[in-house]
Amino acid sequence: MERGPMRPRRLALPLSAAVVETLHAGDELLLTGPVLVARDAAHKRMAEALGRGEPLPVDLAGQAIYFMGPTPARPGRPIGSAGPTSSYRMDAYTPALLAEGLKATIGKGPRSPEVKEALKRFRAVYLGAIGGAGALLSRCIKEVAVVAYDDLGPEALRRIVVEDFPVTVINDIHGGDLYDQGRLRYRRADPASPVAPETNTTPSP
Amino acid sequence: MREIDAKRVTETVSELLRDACYRLPADALGALRAALQGEQAPACRGVLAGLIENAEIAAAGAIPLCQDTGMAVVFLELGQDLHVLGGDLEEAVQEGTRRAYGEGYLRTSVVARPFSARTNTRDNTPAVIHTTIVPGERLKITALSKGFGSENMSRLAMLTPAAGRQGVVDFVVRCVDEAGANPCPPVIVGVGIGGTAEKCMLLAKRALLRGVGLPHPDPEVAGLEADLLTRVNDLGIGAMGYGGRVTALAVHCEVFPTHIASLPVAVNLQCHSVRHREAVL
Repeated sequence: MERGPMRPRRLALPLSAAVVETLHAGDELLLTGPVLVARDAAHKRMAEALGRGEPLPVDLAGQAIYFMGPTPARPGRPIGSAGPTSSYRMDAYTPALLAEGLKATIGKGPRSPEVKEALKRFRAVYLGAIGGAGALLSRCIKEVAVVAYDDLGPEALRRIVVEDFPVTVINDIHGGDLYDQGRLRYRRADPASPVAPETNTTPSP
Repeated sequence: MREIDAKRVTETVSELLRDACYRLPADALGALRAALQGEQAPACRGVLAGLIENAEIAAAGAIPLCQDTGMAVVFLELGQDLHVLGGDLEEAVQEGTRRAYGEGYLRTSVVARPFSARTNTRDNTPAVIHTTIVPGERLKITALSKGFGSENMSRLAMLTPAAGRQGVVDFVVRCVDEAGANPCPPVIVGVGIGGTAEKCMLLAKRALLRGVGLPHPDPEVAGLEADLLTRVNDLGIGAMGYGGRVTALAVHCEVFPTHIASLPVAVNLQCHSVRHREAVL
């Protein structure tokens, strides 16, 4: 369904449950406020802490986690290049963090069926940032602080403050998935193609 | 016999890697602009415009184009009449990598013991080095900073000879389809056809070093590239997977003879941030 020309919607973080209800796959947002930053190694540590019944180093209730590991900051800058990493590597950990009250994850690339189910169950969204646009996105990051796991270097758990940080809703709480919807809409099998035409289903290996 | 100091190799590798991480090559930028012209989908147009702006910001501020500044892959073409003095050639490449990542504010992303401790080596070494000995007395160095969002989507198939051209097309298209949004489309698809398993994958990697969209000089291979590009862009994945017409900027194939029993095909994907530079010493 063409939504027509639209402006990105400005939203303040943390996201309230009421705001999350109104988000739909394909919506473009500009986020302002605090965001947690973690990738593979920090997720593993948080999962281990939960497994041992220990508290997490930060309260996740209402928070957003950005899957990102920045380049080192040049002097005078808060952060280096800071684009999203592939989200599927965090799939194993995300449902347990959603159960802790996490309201949004920000990354790139598709999530597992388990994560998508957990998003509906725990009323949370998955947001996509532009992969490969780390220099552009770094300009939206105003403050950076390491909050835990400093020894992990680029993989430490950080808290950043963003301003008008551009994201697109990939998975909403209603079951919408931008990757599925977008591909379905633009996929075509061209009978005039010089390559033998075939169906859209790919053969098994 | 010409002589060259190993220090020059170190300095050159360091400069090449840094420059590659900050400045998107003109051919890639041109391909992004062409993609923006040809794309109808509003969400993908927004992504493509963002990637072009990103390249401008990165170049102006010496900020890495992407936070994944990759694993360094260095191709050496060493003339057999050139003598490297004052140190170990491979160590000179590693030292150049160390300097580029340390002094260039690049992210160190390499871990030792991949299956267990995964301890960061803290200087992005070791670089992966591929050396070939060639005639002459020059050293050509090609340095590639390879991000792993796309590298993780690499695939190898040892097809049967019966699979033929259609088998190659089906496998390559399926690889891109299954990779979906993960390799940060629009991508450049590197394809290796033939050789042995490891040779085939190296062909696919080398295919990424060609100028974006330049066709293979052999018309039959160029025709295969054109067909693959059409098929890949018919998938509808689009920039960042948001749904659109431009999933790949180019498909590059490299071909090598193979065994009577096999038809090896390798796919190595590269995001738009095709960060390589070369120098001849």
